[in-house]
Amino acid sequence: MSEPIIKARNLHKYYEIKDGLLHAPQDLKALSGVSFDLFEGQTLAVVGESGCGKSTLARLLTSIESPTSGYLSVDGIDMADSQDKLMSKKLRQTVQMVFQDPFGSLNPRQKVGDIIQEPLLINTELSATERREKALDIMRLVGLKEEHFHRYPHMFSGGQRQRIAIARALILKPKVVVLDEPVSALDVSIQAQVINLLIELQKELGLAYVFISHDLSVVRHIADDILVMYLGKPVEQGPSKVIFKTPKHPYTQALLSATPSTNVDKNKKRIKLTGELPSPIEPPSGCTFNPRCQHAQKSCKTSEPVMETYGKSQAACLALDEGRI
Amino acid sequence: MALLEIKNLTVDFATATGSLRAVDGINLTIDEGEIVAVVGESGSGKSVGMLAMMGLLPWTSTVTADHMIFDGQDLLNMSDKERRKIIGKDISMIFQEPMTSLNPCFTVGYQITEVLAQHFGGKRRSYNNKAIELLNQVGIPAAQSRLNSYPHQLSGGMCQRVMIAMMIACQPKLLIADEPTTALDVTIQAQILELLIELQKSQGMALVLITHDMAVVAETAERVVVLYAGQQVEQRTVKQLFKEPKHPYSEALLNALPERANDKLLNAIPGVVPGQMDRPQGCLFSPRCEYATSICKEKSPNLNDGILCHFPLGEESLKVESQ
Amino acid sequence: MNTETTPATSIRSQQWKEFWFYFSVSKTAVAGLIFLILVILMAIFADVISPHGPAEQFREYAKLPPSWMEGGQAQFFLGTDYAGRDMWSRIIHGSRMSLLAGCVVVVLSLSIGVLLGLIAGYRGGWIETFIMRVMDTIMAVPGLLLALVLVAVLGPGLLNAMIAIAITYTPSFVRLTRASTLTELNRDYVTASRVAGASPTRLMFVSILPNCMAPIIVQGTLSFSTAILDTAALGFLGMGAQAPIPEWGTLIAENRDLILNAPWTVTFPGVAILLAVLAINLVGDGLRDALDPKLKRS
Repeated sequence: MSEPIIKARNLHKYYEIKDGLLHAPQDLKALSGVSFDLFEGQTLAVVGESGCGKSTLARLLTSIESPTSGYLSVDGIDMADSQDKLMSKKLRQTVQMVFQDPFGSLNPRQKVGDIIQEPLLINTELSATERREKALDIMRLVGLKEEHFHRYPHMFSGGQRQRIAIARALILKPKVVVLDEPVSALDVSIQAQVINLLIELQKELGLAYVFISHDLSVVRHIADDILVMYLGKPVEQGPSKVIFKTPKHPYTQALLSATPSTNVDKNKKRIKLTGELPSPIEPPSGCTFNPRCQHAQKSCKTSEPVMETYGKSQAACLALDEGRI
Repeated sequence: MALLEIKNLTVDFATATGSLRAVDGINLTIDEGEIVAVVGESGSGKSVGMLAMMGLLPWTSTVTADHMIFDGQDLLNMSDKERRKIIGKDISMIFQEPMTSLNPCFTVGYQITEVLAQHFGGKRRSYNNKAIELLNQVGIPAAQSRLNSYPHQLSGGMCQRVMIAMMIACQPKLLIADEPTTALDVTIQAQILELLIELQKSQGMALVLITHDMAVVAETAERVVVLYAGQQVEQRTVKQLFKEPKHPYSEALLNALPERANDKLLNAIPGVVPGQMDRPQGCLFSPRCEYATSICKEKSPNLNDGILCHFPLGEESLKVESQ
Repeated sequence: MNTETTPATSIRSQQWKEFWFYFSVSKTAVAGLIFLILVILMAIFADVISPHGPAEQFREYAKLPPSWMEGGQAQFFLGTDYAGRDMWSRIIHGSRMSLLAGCVVVVLSLSIGVLLGLIAGYRGGWIETFIMRVMDTIMAVPGLLLALVLVAVLGPGLLNAMIAIAITYTPSFVRLTRASTLTELNRDYVTASRVAGASPTRLMFVSILPNCMAPIIVQGTLSFSTAILDTAALGFLGMGAQAPIPEWGTLIAENRDLILNAPWTVTFPGVAILLAVLAINLVGDGLRDALDPKLKRS
């Protein structure tokens, strides 16, 4: 089997929150112990709600920030070596990102052509004509027209802006694209167009996707593997088909149950999750999910579960461990 | 008699590039205790229509309608003073972004009691107990201490609950919820929707749910109105719509959902919603409709039994020309 | 979707059209703009339109009242001062001085202030603290007083007055730019540029600065009018433009003794200052409304 293009082992990311001179600084555990492999041409979906750490993971993968501890390598390059300028340049050309808000991810004062060319301008020595050629090529690939080159972002709809963002991400010919909720802000009909575009591009260019989303219906359609996160910790991961068919972790089950569906005939028994999402600054002790879990017992408040393999997927749950569910 | 009757509501905006018709002749009838969903994508005019009814649009707008009657009162020609008596009391509205809908400068308790004092008179503080009761009703724990919290101290879901508490404080007959859960996480969304339905049942109020999420509609509403580019294209019961949509846009919208995809690629609708400059002649959906004929491209359709289409789906007798 | 080809030039003109639509909503702003344009034209064509030279003395016609009053003459529209110089010509030429003062002050304070604000907002840490505390110190001293002290150090004269006033205006630009920079830093497109590998300079000047311009432009416009006022004040105190330069404030200063005998020599320069400042403020208000992001569809 070929080498994974992204190898993550036990990634942790903590932020220090200073609460004034009188209090000791607190640790915000944004990410605790994430491990996964991503292969070329595959899509890993990272699923979770606010505070689960998916945006932090995106920042680590695109080397905007470095992990507090753990191992992360992209295309064989250890990210810890990315302080070197040459290495970081190579990393940039390997991993790129598409952001959630199509209205906020494009500089309103720059023309579309300039936005798309910017990565080339920064990272290569190509002439202006060559850059323009490459930009036009990419624009054609994502379904934009030549005349869009000279326009400003506010003249485009949400779907078109997302295409521009995708074009910008692809111009350096990366191997991995991190997509942070790329279709959440789009209408359903445009969502479908953009998802189709992403699927086609993946096939044509052999891209690997890290697809961050909270929309499980989209994820079900596009993902090969899924990583479910809760408050910075991975709770379940495995092949998409397995997880959707037989979710093992109580949180995954609740998440699937809470996702509305248009199948009106289905008589769904809804798993009701009570309570709010806890704050990542003061997470609950033991298993972070225990205050909201219907299977929680005393042991869940004191010991932290570890990822174990159950069949074709993995989950971190004490109830599973003890055979209670 | 229907609680709310809107006929032929039209809203125009004056912009730098000419007049923009945001809402084009929508009709809406809501009975007491009903849950109706208004579905549409961006540019469909779903929010604008409801804001027009409440009189909350900016000065650049022009609102016209055949009639707009709520509980026997004429909303269209009402003075601002009279409208203020109804808005917030008999008709309430909750908005999409709960974090920004609450005034960050005042405590939660202040904002709830203010609504009550405004509509029922008397001192604001005398309504503190009622405020606690309301917070309990919407499921906010430790309601007494929450009265003194500021909006930024609450999560999105909690803020939305506070909004709901404020809006049902005066026991409105009609509650309009404009994308109330779009900005919230999935599990919180489920909680809020459940709360809305529960309150709707216990208070006997009508609920208008504005959303672009078809799945939310399927699980919450009884009747649904589909809007496209400011026009009303279909109005059916939820069961009917999801089983057999009659308008090509409704059908296309449902087919575009990931859960209805047959193979790897989704059934996307080509093209985009027409903007101000490129409104097609004839049916507004015709450039994107897979069933469009030459008639569709030339002539605007009339309402055919609630469906704005020359050839509603499933009615073979109306299909005249070849494809 | 717009399928027709729209050349870049017409996009510009569309932007101007949109800007003008929102600007022209305020009739007072448009009136202010017209008056301002007239003043600018007056300054540019001063040599052509002024009936006499600003320094030309007509000793026999000293202290003549305006032409519509008893004793006035048609050739001296607004009367003459103590040395027999035509007031109207002096005021016309003085517009050059005032506009120049406004321009120089705004250009200096804006460019330095924006640069410092960008650096402070972007880098943060002790650099930000240092810059902001220096600015706080400058702001703690009343503007005109500080300008007086600076001019006393640098020596009186129009240029030194302009430099001194520019220094007192810098902190407001620094604060404004820093605040905008802090907001912009969190935008996705700045992060996107960072992911593409942009250098800090590029991030500051290409990604961040263009998006901070609206409040800076408004502040610049309003500073223009205040600069004219402050220059006039310094001139009046004898620390700004020195006689015989016909700067409006200096005009009032040198005719100060005549306030009872020949009030027109101080009134008309004062009215000129008032109208110019008013016009610029009205334009600034209109600009602020037009550039308000809430009105824009962006």
